[in-house]
Amino acid sequence: MIIRFFHQMGSPRYFYDVAGKLVPWFMVSFLISLVLGIYYGLFVAPPDYQQGESYRIMYIHVPAAWMSMFIYVVMAVSGLISLVWRIKMTEVIVISSATVGASFTFLALVTGSLWGKPMWGTWWVWDARLTSELLLLFLYLGIIALHSAVEDKRVAARAVSILALVGVVNIPIIHYSVEWWNTLHQPASITKMGKPSMDISMLMPLLIMAISFKLYYGAVVLMRARAEIIERERNARWVLEMVEQEAK
Amino acid sequence: MSTLSLTSAFSLLLKRDLTLAYRRRAELVNPLLFFVLVTAMFPLGIGNDAKLIEAVGPGVIWVAALLAALLSLDAMFRADYDDGSLEQFMLSAHPVSILVLAKVLAHWLVTGLPLFIAAPLLALLLNIPAEAIPTLMLTLILGTPVLSLIGSVGVALTVGLRRGGVILSLLILPLYVPVLIFATDTVKTAIVGIPITAQLSILSAMLVGSLVLAPLATAASLRISLS
Repeated sequence: MIIRFFHQMGSPRYFYDVAGKLVPWFMVSFLISLVLGIYYGLFVAPPDYQQGESYRIMYIHVPAAWMSMFIYVVMAVSGLISLVWRIKMTEVIVISSATVGASFTFLALVTGSLWGKPMWGTWWVWDARLTSELLLLFLYLGIIALHSAVEDKRVAARAVSILALVGVVNIPIIHYSVEWWNTLHQPASITKMGKPSMDISMLMPLLIMAISFKLYYGAVVLMRARAEIIERERNARWVLEMVEQEAK
Repeated sequence: MSTLSLTSAFSLLLKRDLTLAYRRRAELVNPLLFFVLVTAMFPLGIGNDAKLIEAVGPGVIWVAALLAALLSLDAMFRADYDDGSLEQFMLSAHPVSILVLAKVLAHWLVTGLPLFIAAPLLALLLNIPAEAIPTLMLTLILGTPVLSLIGSVGVALTVGLRRGGVILSLLILPLYVPVLIFATDTVKTAIVGIPITAQLSILSAMLVGSLVLAPLATAASLRISLS
């Protein structure tokens, strides 16, 4: 039963159909949770006793930062699967995720510095988290550049899978080395948020936003995967038949 | 036809690459010249402030070493890719990762080792105290092989591309960050006079880790690039 499911999901045509049916569900639930999360985050949650209203950017910033790491792990796992079992659909997932992941990383960096300006008085500090997030963005950009440089897209997907795996081995090392470098060379003048014992009224919107971003990722990655499948299989019979039917 | 043992295949490939490098001596000095020039540019850009130059010295030397390694990386598989011998390595009976290791070792001997030898001179130019120079050399001998090893993965991925050079730097530089951080930190710690065992252990761990993992990734990447 499960094996059959994976077998079917490995076929581009079946994946295309199922993804097409899933996208509206993801989209609708994303929009609902987004409206809920924004409303509770911006209007219902109380202002912070120290940071006032400007902490609210956290409701975009923190979920975006979570997504930037989550998507990289998804890419590495599907990269491993596509290298080991040569499943076409996980290759498609790897490359469809890269741009979304890079966007979330960029969003996290931008919102972070928007928050940093009023809070720390500067747009950028070489803080451990900021630096490793910046390096993560470079890793994403490298993956995107490599994919666009290789002409044969199947070869490109496998090359990118290897790169994602090499990156995932390196990310912890990069993270800890940056943290270590930071603690040695920067005085603890910055009061980071650390681990604030957050009130439930502040935490709930954050969790809703995190779910919302995940749903967005699900919707977008499926849409991109469908587009990628059509492009790869443009000479396959089922695609031609589908196009003919659409034309009628 | 007798079969070649793995060790003799390794040493033959190493000898072949070194001979090839020796026949192109003019190219051989390029990374070294680049290393020296980049390092010499920094004091000119920063200004003639001895304190400042001393403070940035270890970082400058290491960034220059990083760039020199990056510059020379592209040559690692290029010629073999162009004339088809890389495909013959893939077809050989020996594990590709071991053959890759021979090529990386040859590359390091040709490009990494000269940096190590030139480093004391540059250290003097950058006002790094004489007591810290052995440490600088130690970090270079531990760190530059890591650069060649990690770099080999990137070269293997980009060897088939026409404009591989720019992409290569985008792929590789973020992965070089840990080496850069720990190596410069070791030297800075040594200048202050604090024991450096911890940093050296971490650098050695990176060397051992990349020695084991990078050839596997490089071999897999080469297979993809040649498919």
